[in-house]
Amino acid sequence: MNAADFVALLPLITISATAIVLMIAIAIQRNHKAAVIISLIGVAGAAASLLLTASEKPRQITSLLVLDSYSRLYMAILLGAAVFVFLFGYDYLKRRHERPEEFYLLVLLATTGAMTLVVSLNFVSFFLGLELLSIALYSLIAYVRTESISIEAGIKYLVLAASSSAILLFGLALIYAVSGSMDLSQFAALMVRPTGSANAASLLTGLMLVLTGAGFKLAVVPFQLWTPDVYEGAPLPVTAFIATVSKAGMFAFLLRWFHVHDGGVAGAPGLVLTVIAVASMLTGNLLALLQNNVKRILAFSSIAHMGYLLVALLAGGPLGAPAATYYLIAYAATILGAFGLMSALSSSRCEAASIDDYRGLLWRRPFVAGAFATTLLSLAGIPLTAGFLGKFYVITAGASQSRWMLLFTLVVSSTIGLFYYLRIIVAMYSQAGGPGTDGESSTQPLSFAAILALTALTGLIFLLGVYPTPLWNAITAVTRDLG
Amino acid sequence: MILLSLILILLVGGVSSWIVARRHTTAARWIAVASAGANLAVTIGLWIANTGRSQPSMRRWLEECNFSWISQFGIRFHLALDGLSLALLLLTYFLGIVAILSSWTEIRQRVGFFHFNLLWVLAGITGVFLAADLFVFYLFWELMLVPMYLLIGIWGHERRIYAATKFFLFTQLSGLLMLIAIISLAVLHQHATGVFTFDYEHLLNTPLSPRSARLLMLGFFVGFAVKLPAFPFHTWLPDAHTEAPTAGSVILAGLLLKTGAYGLIRFVLPLFPVPSRELAPFMMTVGVIGILYGAVLAVAQTDIKRLVAYTSVSHMGFVLLGVFAGNEIALEGAVIQMISHGISTGALFVLAGLLQERMHTREISQMGGLWETMPALSGAGLLFAMASLGLPGLGDFVGEFLVLLGAYRANIGLTAVATLGLLSATLYGLRFAQGAFHGPNVHHWSLPDMRLREWTILGSMILCLLWIGLYPQSVLNTLRPSLAAMQQSTFPQEIVRR
Repeated sequence: MNAADFVALLPLITISATAIVLMIAIAIQRNHKAAVIISLIGVAGAAASLLLTASEKPRQITSLLVLDSYSRLYMAILLGAAVFVFLFGYDYLKRRHERPEEFYLLVLLATTGAMTLVVSLNFVSFFLGLELLSIALYSLIAYVRTESISIEAGIKYLVLAASSSAILLFGLALIYAVSGSMDLSQFAALMVRPTGSANAASLLTGLMLVLTGAGFKLAVVPFQLWTPDVYEGAPLPVTAFIATVSKAGMFAFLLRWFHVHDGGVAGAPGLVLTVIAVASMLTGNLLALLQNNVKRILAFSSIAHMGYLLVALLAGGPLGAPAATYYLIAYAATILGAFGLMSALSSSRCEAASIDDYRGLLWRRPFVAGAFATTLLSLAGIPLTAGFLGKFYVITAGASQSRWMLLFTLVVSSTIGLFYYLRIIVAMYSQAGGPGTDGESSTQPLSFAAILALTALTGLIFLLGVYPTPLWNAITAVTRDLG
Repeated sequence: MILLSLILILLVGGVSSWIVARRHTTAARWIAVASAGANLAVTIGLWIANTGRSQPSMRRWLEECNFSWISQFGIRFHLALDGLSLALLLLTYFLGIVAILSSWTEIRQRVGFFHFNLLWVLAGITGVFLAADLFVFYLFWELMLVPMYLLIGIWGHERRIYAATKFFLFTQLSGLLMLIAIISLAVLHQHATGVFTFDYEHLLNTPLSPRSARLLMLGFFVGFAVKLPAFPFHTWLPDAHTEAPTAGSVILAGLLLKTGAYGLIRFVLPLFPVPSRELAPFMMTVGVIGILYGAVLAVAQTDIKRLVAYTSVSHMGFVLLGVFAGNEIALEGAVIQMISHGISTGALFVLAGLLQERMHTREISQMGGLWETMPALSGAGLLFAMASLGLPGLGDFVGEFLVLLGAYRANIGLTAVATLGLLSATLYGLRFAQGAFHGPNVHHWSLPDMRLREWTILGSMILCLLWIGLYPQSVLNTLRPSLAAMQQSTFPQEIVRR
């Protein structure tokens, strides 16, 4: 490794260094404001180093990591999402009177893990990033120790994530035993056009087991069982983190792995992923209908949204990767907005998670309700919001590769999905009444940080829904770097 | 630019009306009237400016505005106006003003937000009637749903949430199927020509294999048939119409249904001429089923609004019949029917709203003998019931007559069956008029008659119906060039024969 390599690695180094600095700072003196400022400076530094190296050529560092424009774009997405998690977390933790400083430390570590996933070119670094992300998440989910529901969610995640890691490791072992290599590029072609060679069967088994681990992080059917409980139990900023950073990191890796310019994923992997995508879209949307807790609704809706993403991944072709990336960015902005709003509305004792907490919100706080309705409509894919253009790109990618079955499932399931988004909207405009509606959440003003973050996100949702040209150009340029 | 300003006036008017209503609700209402009125004035201006031009066939559009938007996908913000759009825009703003005026005393809560939604629905409908880019069309198509949903869901009657949700789900599902068809059409166009575009004029001559043309046509058709609504897709309509507030019913019946018919004429016929010809007998049959089914069910209703809602299903069956009859007379009749149905049904919903405001019921059995206490209102009610059943001299008659005349050339059997719909129409029209207004005043109602505002609304609607009924040529002159162009692309042999 030479100096140029280190320069290319600066974003990762900056974030990890920030975590260490923060750790030392906490040891010296606990101070919430200092912790958040250090974290934000670290993220800003990492983002600045991304900008610094933006124009450089793709650089492979050892056989493990690659720093190309694709990974820079995804790192920027992750860092952006982390900033919003910090802002919401600051507000949230201040209200809950927890020991807040370690939250930032853990989020920084988890973000480092997710960034490692984005840059990895090899199953070894992939596993490293995955574990870094998972271990930080175990404690983040159970961060509010006074809530038994959080502890339960944390343990559930721990057990399931650990088992999925074990399965993934076994898959890696199989792959290495057969091929003697952990290099991602060796397996890309195999996933797309499986050949009939002798070792193909066990190699394919290994790769499928790796997919299990990836599916667990993305929470697609049938690996979704943890999602509703963890979404519900985790503190809201952490839920926002899981929904964005953790999934985006894993998806970036999958996209790098599966991406081919001509045609989509086919053969046995294609079949498996198609089944997963269809099952995720339908299961997520159908089960969300039965929920009364907004966090659980959004958990099930996230399962469905990962299914939509897989449609773009499966379609492949020149449009597949850009469409998936656009959808992911739109989804991240939207879901951050939704969880951020919920977190801002939560009181010091309990989170605003039940649908009843939102009853009559439109008449009490029109702007907050308007922003929340915007995020819900974006999730439902109504025009002028980011979610609509994301869906448009996904359908275009699918239609240009004639994936009709997936598209019809998408259409039917997103109509089902509309139903539960409408339920929340109905609650917001229906008359306030019953207990709990005139509690703290109706009166407490939003903090400056929350207003800033939510305005930015709502603006972003509209901007991405109305003027996608610059981002789309950037994404298509960047995905040309892939495979 | 004029076309863009039509939309912007409504959007800005909606927002300012919402803001102003915090201080002064009457001012908010006047702002809403002023924005719709300004648009009406602009559209009338456009109409007058273009009537002199007898042969505008040199240019397809009377007005155009075209900006680049999402260039990677060839999406342009392309709005264009021809005779068909112009006529429907006139109807839109006229009924828009009617809707605002008719909710003057009905809506007392959240006045600002109400007018915001109302004007944004009108903006969405304007966009639908003007869009000349399929992506932009879909955008407005979806955009008019959300405010409409809120109008029904917030200010509606007893089962409003159920009705609003059903309305939204039906239209969203069919809309997404149409979106797939739109995108597939663009993709196929790209495969054939190498250009990725959503522009209406470019897509017009896309070479398609018979199978894909048929599938795409069905995708579009589902989207429009749900809105129209054609027979098996109509179940959202009685609920939505009945539960919506008066303004909502007026806009739903008067305008939203017309967007479905407009889509059939503007997109299905010219984009897919071959399958339109092949499937025409089937579509006409669906139309005739709708005519009879809606009329028969309307006879059985006891709730005024539900009755009127089912008559809409019946009348829209005539539109479907006329669109696919395959000759210009029937097509012109279908458009006349759209316009006059918008006015007559809108008026009936206004009337139902007035009755409900006074009597707090919509049940016909609770009425009876209202002529004694409200002669003017009852007279207007009788007139609109007559219009709805197709009395000569009023607009609906012209439309239905032209449709039947044209359909007779295409299919004598179906036309004969469709005529039976007129018979049922007489039954429900007379039953409604008799049950509500005539007979003895058994419930001893003593109610105030029409006020000046109500006179203005219903009086202007009567004048419009009389005008279309007695001198339809003025409207037909506007429509003819654009309808002929669309006709020519789909059913060329008919033109030769005439």
